Amino acid sequence: MRKTVMEWIETRTGLETAVKHFLYEEIPASAGWHQVFGSVAMFIFLTQVFTGAMLAFNYAPTPGEAYNSLRYIVTELTGGSIIRGLHHWGASVMIIVVVMHMIQVFLWGAYKKPREATWMVGVILFMLTLAFGLTGYLLPWDNRAYWGTVVTTQIAGLAPGAGQYVQRLMGAESGVGVVTFARFYAMHTLLLPLAMIGIIAFHVFLVRKHGVAPAVGDNLPKKKFFPEQVYKDTIAIFVTFLILFVLAVAVKVPLGRLADPTDTTYIPRPEWYFLFLFQLLKFFEGKMEVVGAVILPNLAIVALFLVPFIDRGKVIAVTRRTMAMGVVVIAAIGWTTLTMGALKDTPATVEDVTAAEEGGPAEWASLSPEELAGIGYFRRENCASCHAMGTPDAKAGPDLSKVAIKRDASWMIEHFKSPQNLRPGSQMPAIHLPDAQLNALAAFLLKLNPQNVTALMSAPDAAVEGAMVYQQNRCGSCHQVNGVGMKLGPPMNGLSKRRDRKWVEGHFTEPQKFSPGTVMPPYRFSPQEMDRVTTYLLSL
Amino acid sequence: MSEHQGLQNDLPRRRLHLAVIYGLQAVMGAALAIPAAIYLLFPPRSKKEDQWVEAVDLTRLSAGMPEEVVFRRNRVDGWKVSSEKTSAWLIKKSDTEVVAFAPNCTHLGCAFRWEQRTKTFLCPCHTSNFDLSGKVLDGPAPRPLDRYLVKIEGTKVMLGSIQASPEA
Repeated sequence: MRKTVMEWIETRTGLETAVKHFLYEEIPASAGWHQVFGSVAMFIFLTQVFTGAMLAFNYAPTPGEAYNSLRYIVTELTGGSIIRGLHHWGASVMIIVVVMHMIQVFLWGAYKKPREATWMVGVILFMLTLAFGLTGYLLPWDNRAYWGTVVTTQIAGLAPGAGQYVQRLMGAESGVGVVTFARFYAMHTLLLPLAMIGIIAFHVFLVRKHGVAPAVGDNLPKKKFFPEQVYKDTIAIFVTFLILFVLAVAVKVPLGRLADPTDTTYIPRPEWYFLFLFQLLKFFEGKMEVVGAVILPNLAIVALFLVPFIDRGKVIAVTRRTMAMGVVVIAAIGWTTLTMGALKDTPATVEDVTAAEEGGPAEWASLSPEELAGIGYFRRENCASCHAMGTPDAKAGPDLSKVAIKRDASWMIEHFKSPQNLRPGSQMPAIHLPDAQLNALAAFLLKLNPQNVTALMSAPDAAVEGAMVYQQNRCGSCHQVNGVGMKLGPPMNGLSKRRDRKWVEGHFTEPQKFSPGTVMPPYRFSPQEMDRVTTYLLSL
Repeated sequence: MSEHQGLQNDLPRRRLHLAVIYGLQAVMGAALAIPAAIYLLFPPRSKKEDQWVEAVDLTRLSAGMPEEVVFRRNRVDGWKVSSEKTSAWLIKKSDTEVVAFAPNCTHLGCAFRWEQRTKTFLCPCHTSNFDLSGKVLDGPAPRPLDRYLVKIEGTKVMLGSIQASPEA
């Protein structure tokens, strides 16, 4: 039965012949353990494709949700942290394996005629591997991802002539944001995998075309790729996979705090394999920066690409290639020194919110100024005298923490103005406030739910009243708080890390004196208003 | 010929190679497939607390007459909690007892409606018919209508999670 099925498949598709043709390739008798790295790299790439697809099953690729969905993957889903661990560490392992593959080919001189093109295509694959690392780094959208990418895109902007266009391509011309994210995600999951698969196929085709490079003087009869070399490859793959799996299970990949463009305390560092470039930058200052940031790395890539044309001598035994060994040793020493230097001033503590207890910042601090001001109007109008707020007290009005969810803002505002219109027989008195303030009240009520009501009702008066000043003076037309508001002026989160109280108060009265050229108008606050709005802003 | 003999001599070695190749590949395949299967199939860890939502005031229902009530409830959907509109068919049996049917037919989930003429719940998709107690009268529906847990606080009708009918 099995034989008939196999025969049918073979006659209709020719699969068996194709597989045999692939497996029974003739390779030199001298082929062996030193030539396993290509297969290992291929395997790791395939696991990355698999774990990447698995992550995508539960990942929402927008800055608004990426972080929450990844957090859901690693904290809520069984096996989620292993899948993420495999993908995260897989990137590092893949880079190590690809570099080892290149070092082996380099030492043995396997790039020499007729295999120059194989090497050059290999260098492109190496670049694609690095591009995967670079684009994937942004996707968790935590502080590490955000700030790392800010630096990367700024460096790209340094490229003479092309910088602006490269930045525009990355969608980062006006800073890292939604466009950058969409482009990095599209690169990481659409273009790069396609390019990688196509070019790997071409690379393997070239290897087959020219055959595996034999050692010098290897005149022994050829042997078959399967099973002896496949056996060696499989063992090497297994050892690598074992290391990767142990890393994924044992070493927790941190998920930092949500990306915060106003967090001035965060010290961005690139992934370890880019640290040497980061360190290199420190030696070039001012106008010379472009040398370290763009020119040297690009020269290195060109040199790598042209290796087969720089070293055109005859193939000699690996043991006699002292020059090649020297190059590898010097490169290794250089890389290690730079990386160690960068590691020395890298903060050891890595923030990880998946380990932290829930709670985080005070609940009220996450509200927008308008919502927070709404608490103020709620208090001023004594709403709580008739409405229970998540407490079982019997009061005339409904418990707003439970019913607010059923309405929308326009209903509420109309209801505030004339309660009996929408609710005939309601005993609620109309609220006489300007529209903007009714909006704020509605915005706050819409945020309410039974879980957060107690925390929100205990928001400190100073902050609430400060938010009311902020809202009444429409600071949000130029400034952002918690991502709400316009970006004409600087965002207000993290203000206390940048300025002190005296500066902020002085700046309100005479903006021109403190930041010459600013478009901010002066504000004449009463001492009480000044105190409240400053306290509020400095608490952000 | 000589190659063939060479293969003959290497037979135990070849067997070892094949065993290692297939064995290790199987182990690695399992090490990827098992976590992936767990990841895709196991439900999320956090327990979803049953939320009670006030759906309607008891006084607005007339006894024995099914009424469709629309209300909002929070739904935990992956990494999001979304507030969404949902509905229930409520039948007041007495001032202390209300039955609340989930709005979807137990056959394939279409929304059914109350037919005043026949006094049955009719599903427009495959014409399943249910009586006032949710029992299947005819049609392909496999079980009686699902019900919300109901609790009455004062005059408020509170709805909890959806359960299969006790008669199912």
